[in-house]
Amino acid sequence: MEKIVSHTGIGVPLRQSNVDTDQIIPAVYLKRITRTGFEDALFAGWRRDENFILNQEPFNTGSVLVAGPDFGTGSSREHAVWALKDYGFKAVISARFADIFRGNSGKQGLVAAEVAQSDIELIWKELENNPGTTVTVDLESRTVQCGSISAPFQIDDYTRWRLMEGLDDIGLTLQHEEDITAYEAKRPAHKPQTLPARTAG
Amino acid sequence: MSAMQSPQTLAEKVWNAHVVRRGEGEGEARQPDLIYIDLHLLHEVTSPQAFEGLRLAGRPLRRPDLTIATEDHNTPTLDIDKPIADLTSRTQIHTLRDNCKEFGVRLHSLGDKEQGIVHVVGPQLGLTQPGMTVVCGDSHTSTHGAFGALALGIGTSEVEHVMATQSLSLKPFKTMAINVEGTLKPGVTSKDIILAVIAKIGTGGGQGYVLEYRGSAIRSLSMDARMTICNMSIEAGARAGMIAPDETTFEYVKGRPHAPAGEDWDAAVEDWKQLHTDEGARFDAEVFLNADELEPFVTWGTNPGQGVSLSENVPSPEDFEDENDRKACERALNYMGLTGGTPLKDIRVDTVFLGSCTNSRMEDLRAAAQVIKGKEKDPDVRMIVVPGSARVRLEAEAEGLDQIFKDFGAEWRFAGCSMCLGMNPDQLAEGERCASTSNRNFEGRQGKGGRTHLVSPLVAAATAIRGTLSSPSDLVNAPASV
Ligand code: SF4
Repeated sequence: MEKIVSHTGIGVPLRQSNVDTDQIIPAVYLKRITRTGFEDALFAGWRRDENFILNQEPFNTGSVLVAGPDFGTGSSREHAVWALKDYGFKAVISARFADIFRGNSGKQGLVAAEVAQSDIELIWKELENNPGTTVTVDLESRTVQCGSISAPFQIDDYTRWRLMEGLDDIGLTLQHEEDITAYEAKRPAHKPQTLPARTAG
Repeated sequence: MSAMQSPQTLAEKVWNAHVVRRGEGEGEARQPDLIYIDLHLLHEVTSPQAFEGLRLAGRPLRRPDLTIATEDHNTPTLDIDKPIADLTSRTQIHTLRDNCKEFGVRLHSLGDKEQGIVHVVGPQLGLTQPGMTVVCGDSHTSTHGAFGALALGIGTSEVEHVMATQSLSLKPFKTMAINVEGTLKPGVTSKDIILAVIAKIGTGGGQGYVLEYRGSAIRSLSMDARMTICNMSIEAGARAGMIAPDETTFEYVKGRPHAPAGEDWDAAVEDWKQLHTDEGARFDAEVFLNADELEPFVTWGTNPGQGVSLSENVPSPEDFEDENDRKACERALNYMGLTGGTPLKDIRVDTVFLGSCTNSRMEDLRAAAQVIKGKEKDPDVRMIVVPGSARVRLEAEAEGLDQIFKDFGAEWRFAGCSMCLGMNPDQLAEGERCASTSNRNFEGRQGKGGRTHLVSPLVAAATAIRGTLSSPSDLVNAPASV
């Protein structure tokens, strides 16, 4: 996973609350079996509308999405994060994220920065009045910067640390493999196993 | 202070019994705990990239004996003996088969008696048991919480993490008690309870919480009905939903293929009896609902929180004080092709879908069959019945339910997710309106431009008869529409 300490890129205002993962990436795109190449799937339904923000210059080259509250609700599909990343987004800003989406983002190196809605309103105005304005998301200082607006954002310490160090989850856990083995040794005997397979006949 | 001695909630008990390693640090800076996973369920959609990651890193699958896979999300529900027409669906299915073979994972493929929706299969095999931690790359994993398990939907990178380590790094959740006291009126089901809960606390109301459903109304429910409730916890934004196990639970598990037997059974029940929230344990939040007052519930909008009693009218944007809610209502009405003030019972549907991991078990099929038996379907309505698993299908056929559905004019299909998410050919056409027993009414969920009303199996059945959103009591009180 790539380290990310601070990112600056064109901000994309998405004035929409409750953007669920079915909108971020419709189910038909989940059939792929690769980990990359989902850029065309991002907001596929909305992108059919030529007025949609990502169909307009310079927003189509944006890398910081500024969305309404409750971003990433619904299905747990991690493809939502892949699609955002494959398109080129490095950070999403919202007043509130769905838990699973936030978790998935941290693991994939996408910054999910929680910013107060009042600040988001200001950033939206700035981005709409001056298309192409960049937004800086700085993990070090936990602030977002857009034009003259500077706002703090929330991100939990652990996720922030991992993003800044670019640390992979599994490797971290396997440092404690002995603990896992020790735990397994004392699991109750009545816990079920899937193998050998038993069925009702 | 020892955590074991202070009163604990059910969720805390299960959590504490699975801590491999406590996270370092205190307060905000505390790292996540490493939690052991007892059962990992896989399906074709969210597993390929995880297997790919494992292979790329040269890591083995740690516990094939705690892992099981089934094909469900994009399997066809017709002509299951023919090659899957859609190329990408076929590729996903074949990739799952190859991966399971390579990593030694038990797989129930299309055509197998134990194939079906992953959340129907686990409980049915007796693999879902009280006090376990269960995960799956699917948000409706919360279903398994009905057994007093801590069951979490996870993303694909977490799937890979569990494959490699049989554990997950998790931050402790907050707990919320959902107290439902009283007795449900006839015709009111657990689906109506959960739709009412979501309408009450909102689609974000459960965020960060594990919900525990409690109270006399919950205790009186069957396991099938409890699963319906826990299933939709995620629609309130919750991480999981749980119900403390009791005799009903033990009765359900007993004798299933993977249930403990002999001495193991006694030891297991002994453990399971401890799985309840202690007297004096504190929840971070509490919600109360009176079961006596509940009526059949139905959604009118495009998120599961946009629901009201079936006897009410479609709300208007003006009914909402909050600016965001008003806009959301406007947008939803526009998408749904509805006008505020319309009685819900006047809304005509084109399709009725009985299925999905929310409502596709025996009890659901029986309930619907009982309503339609000997009745005529509205000729303009198509009804699709998709059992949750091949096993449910067989059982239903043994009881003659399939014949009741067929005589009624409904389509009797093979098991799978089907129209719940429209990844297979079972989709709504643009503008088509559907009364669906599934769990999500998002825009385009059941097909591009499709319009979904979430309902119980009883309402689905009555709606198929009258052609408009209806409950079984409407069949008695009013002449059927001709
Ligand atoms: S039936 Fe629907 S909600 Fe359930 S697992 Fe399948 S797609 Fe998901």
